[in-house]
Amino acid sequence: MRDVAVIGVGLSAWGELWDRSLRDLFVEAALNAVEDAGVDSVEAIFVGCMTGGLFAQQEHIGALVADYLGVAPIPATRTESACASAGAAFRTALMAVDSGNHDVVLVGGVEKMTDVDGGGATAALAAASDQEYEAFHGVTFPGLYAMMARAHMAKYGTTREQLGLVAVKNHENGSKNPHAQFPMKVTLEQVLGSVMVADPLRILDCSPITDGASAAVVCPLEMAEKIAKKAPVRVTGSGQATDSIALHQRKDLTFLESTAAAAARAYDMAGCGPGDLDVVEVHDCFTISEIMVMEALGLVEKGQGGPAVEAGETALGGRIPVNTSGGLKSKGHPVGATGVAQIHEIVTQLRGEAGDRQVAGARRGLAQNMGGTGASATVHILEVA
Amino acid sequence: MLTTARFWRETPQRYRMEAGRCTSCGKVWYPPRRICGECKGREFETVRLPDEGTLYTYTVIRVAPTAFVDQAPYAVALVDLADGTRIMCQLVDCEPEEIELGMPVRLEFRRILGEGEAGMLAYAHKAVPKR
Repeated sequence: MRDVAVIGVGLSAWGELWDRSLRDLFVEAALNAVEDAGVDSVEAIFVGCMTGGLFAQQEHIGALVADYLGVAPIPATRTESACASAGAAFRTALMAVDSGNHDVVLVGGVEKMTDVDGGGATAALAAASDQEYEAFHGVTFPGLYAMMARAHMAKYGTTREQLGLVAVKNHENGSKNPHAQFPMKVTLEQVLGSVMVADPLRILDCSPITDGASAAVVCPLEMAEKIAKKAPVRVTGSGQATDSIALHQRKDLTFLESTAAAAARAYDMAGCGPGDLDVVEVHDCFTISEIMVMEALGLVEKGQGGPAVEAGETALGGRIPVNTSGGLKSKGHPVGATGVAQIHEIVTQLRGEAGDRQVAGARRGLAQNMGGTGASATVHILEVA
Repeated sequence: MLTTARFWRETPQRYRMEAGRCTSCGKVWYPPRRICGECKGREFETVRLPDEGTLYTYTVIRVAPTAFVDQAPYAVALVDLADGTRIMCQLVDCEPEEIELGMPVRLEFRRILGEGEAGMLAYAHKAVPKR
C-alpha cells in the first residue's frame, strides 16, 4: 500500500447563494484545490453529495462535475453516506491512490440546499433516517438528536448550559474564520433564549442550511514532493464504520459506536491515540453531537464531554482544540461537502496557515464526519509529512 | 410522498404490531428482518408486540417536515415496550410539560397523516399516557 498525501485543498463560497448552482459550486471548489496543489490535471474524481435529487432534482453528480470541469472522459463517481458523503469520498480516493489504481485524484463534496424551502429541506434531510420507522412518524433530524440529547442528559447529567457552550465556542472560533457562513459570536444567553426547534434543542444548537462545496487533491506521498507547490500533508489513518440506521435499534443511544469503531481503525493505522492529537474537527451538526463525538473519539471519558466543554478543554488554547474552523455550527454545513471541508481545516492548521485560529505547532490532526444519527462515520488522521 | 404500495407493504407492522423473534437466540426485531443482527440466524417466528411500555426519551417537534406542519407542535418518543423492544412513535393526548421520562404509556391505533399534499391517509400506532 502506498502512502498518500493531500497536496491541495479548496472551498467554494458558502452560504445562501441564489446565484450559484450545484455545478458552479463544485467547479469553484475544485479550481481552488487544483490551484492550491499546483497541478494541471487529475486522473479521477470522487465527489460526495447527500441528496442532489431531493435538494436540486439532480443526480448523476460524478458525470456532471467531470463535464463542467472539462475533464471528461476521466472516471468520476459520486459517493453517498448522508452527511458523511464527503468523508466517504475522501476514504474512497485514498483507496484509489494507495492501491496504485490512480496517482492524482480530485476528491470533494457538494450540496445545493437552498433551492427548496425550509419544509422541503427538513424532509430531504429526514431521508437519512429510517424512512418507514422514524420519518414516517414525523420526526426530524433535530428531533432525533434531541432524543439523544435528552437520553445523554438523563444518563450523565449533561446540562442544557453545556450544550449551549458548544455553540458559543464554535461561533467564537468561526469569528476567526473568513470562510464561516455565520461568523458572529453568540452568548450562552442568546443560545438558551433562541427559538425552540425540537426540545431541548434550539435553533442555535443546530448547524445551518448551506450551499457549498469542498475539494482536495491527493496523490502518492513520494510523488507529492515532486509535483506539489506546498509541503504535502500525509494521511496516516483512515477508518469508516456503520451502525443501525434507526435509533430504536441502538444498543446505547448515548454512545456513537460507529465513530468509535472508525476511530479505532484510524488510530491503529496511524499508530497513535486520542492523546496524541493537536487539533480535531468533528461533526457538530447539533451541539449534542460534538459532546457525543468527543466521547466516541476517546478525547474524554464517556459522559465527560459536557464538563470538558465547560472547562474550556476544547477551546482554542485548551488541552485539545475542537472545531477551530467554527465547525458545522458556524462555518456552515452543506451536508455532502462537509467531510472534505473538515480535511481542508486540518490541512490549513498543519500548514500553519490558519491565521487567528492557528493552533501553535500543530503536527497531527483528526477529522470525524458522520451521517444520519451516526449510522455512518468516517475518521481520518493527517500529519505533517 | 407516501404512496399506496409503500404504505401497504408495512401494514402488518403498523396495524398489528408484528415483529420477528429469532428462533435461535430469541431476539425480537421490529420491524421483522431476514437476518438476525445478533446471531445471524435466519429463522423467525411472528410475534405481536405488547401494547404497553414506558417512555425512554422524547422530543417535541416544533419545526416539522412539510407533511406534518399542521400537527406541530407534537411529541415523538422512544418507548420501551413490556417485552424490552424499543419503538419510535408519536406521544399524544398530553401536554409537553406533562411528559416525564419513565412514564407508563399505552399504544393506540391513530391517524398519522391526512390526505392531501403529503399523500395518502395513513394509520399506525401512537403512544398515550397510561392513566
